Amino acid sequence: MGPGIGAYLVLSVLLFATGTVGVLIRRNPLIVLLSLELMLNAANLALIGFARQHGNSDGHIFALTVMVVAAAEAVVGLGLIVAMSRRKLKLDVDQMKQLRG
Amino acid sequence: MTVLLASTAGNVLVWIIWVGAALALLASALAVVLFSNPFYSALALMANLGSLAVLYLLISAEFVAAAQVLVYAGAIVVLFLFVIAYLGGRADAPWTGVPKFSSVAAVVASVAIAVEVIVAVVVSWTGGLPNAAEITAAFGSPREIGRLFLADHLLAFEVTSIILFVAAVGGAVLGGAARRAEKAEAQTPSEEENG
Repeated sequence: MGPGIGAYLVLSVLLFATGTVGVLIRRNPLIVLLSLELMLNAANLALIGFARQHGNSDGHIFALTVMVVAAAEAVVGLGLIVAMSRRKLKLDVDQMKQLRG
Repeated sequence: MTVLLASTAGNVLVWIIWVGAALALLASALAVVLFSNPFYSALALMANLGSLAVLYLLISAEFVAAAQVLVYAGAIVVLFLFVIAYLGGRADAPWTGVPKFSSVAAVVASVAIAVEVIVAVVVSWTGGLPNAAEITAAFGSPREIGRLFLADHLLAFEVTSIILFVAAVGGAVLGGAARRAEKAEAQTPSEEENG
């Protein structure tokens, strides 16, 4: 037997916790977005592990959809960061007080 | 006997590859969080996605592994790299000061989540997890994924395209608004921006 669902779940939660730390303690919005990708990937890892456990490919479909949502989120998040930078705002999530145009 | 030995050797090999990929996964995840230069963080995320693809291959998710490398490492991370290069020095964010109370609280909360799930998994493990289901060679293949997407999950597939379209329009609108703001500011430099 290779690694089972338990090993994949432990790995997934460690990745998720690392991503959570990144989102909560870093103040650079770019690194917050990158850590968010880590959290999404941790969820994907658990989904793929459960798909193998149950022998059901529906989990793969869910993981691919999460990937698409991650792409959409990255586009909008990076668009916001570029807009902030063009307005000469400081790139610091603690100092973001308004997103009003 | 020979067959048994061969399968044991195969299992050991799978475990070695799995542990290597898992260590690379956790190390690169820590690197994403800890690097002060976002460019290095994005490169570490690429390594992270690569080791995830290896882990996916080990549980016969071939199509997801390929999509992971193509879409995530090939498109999303490259988009991050473009934006970081565009921002230049403004994107740098070195660690500021001593860890505040909120940082310590964040680390404690994350460790609590991890410990909780690990304890839950280990408790079910000692109770004896059921073995993984038997799968055929078609499991996770592009043919199977394509059939599921276009037969069972057609609605999700179509909604996906709408989400991507809306995100693309949103990105263009945000870029255009920022450009107009920049122009307006260039024309009236005396007016102070308070945003």
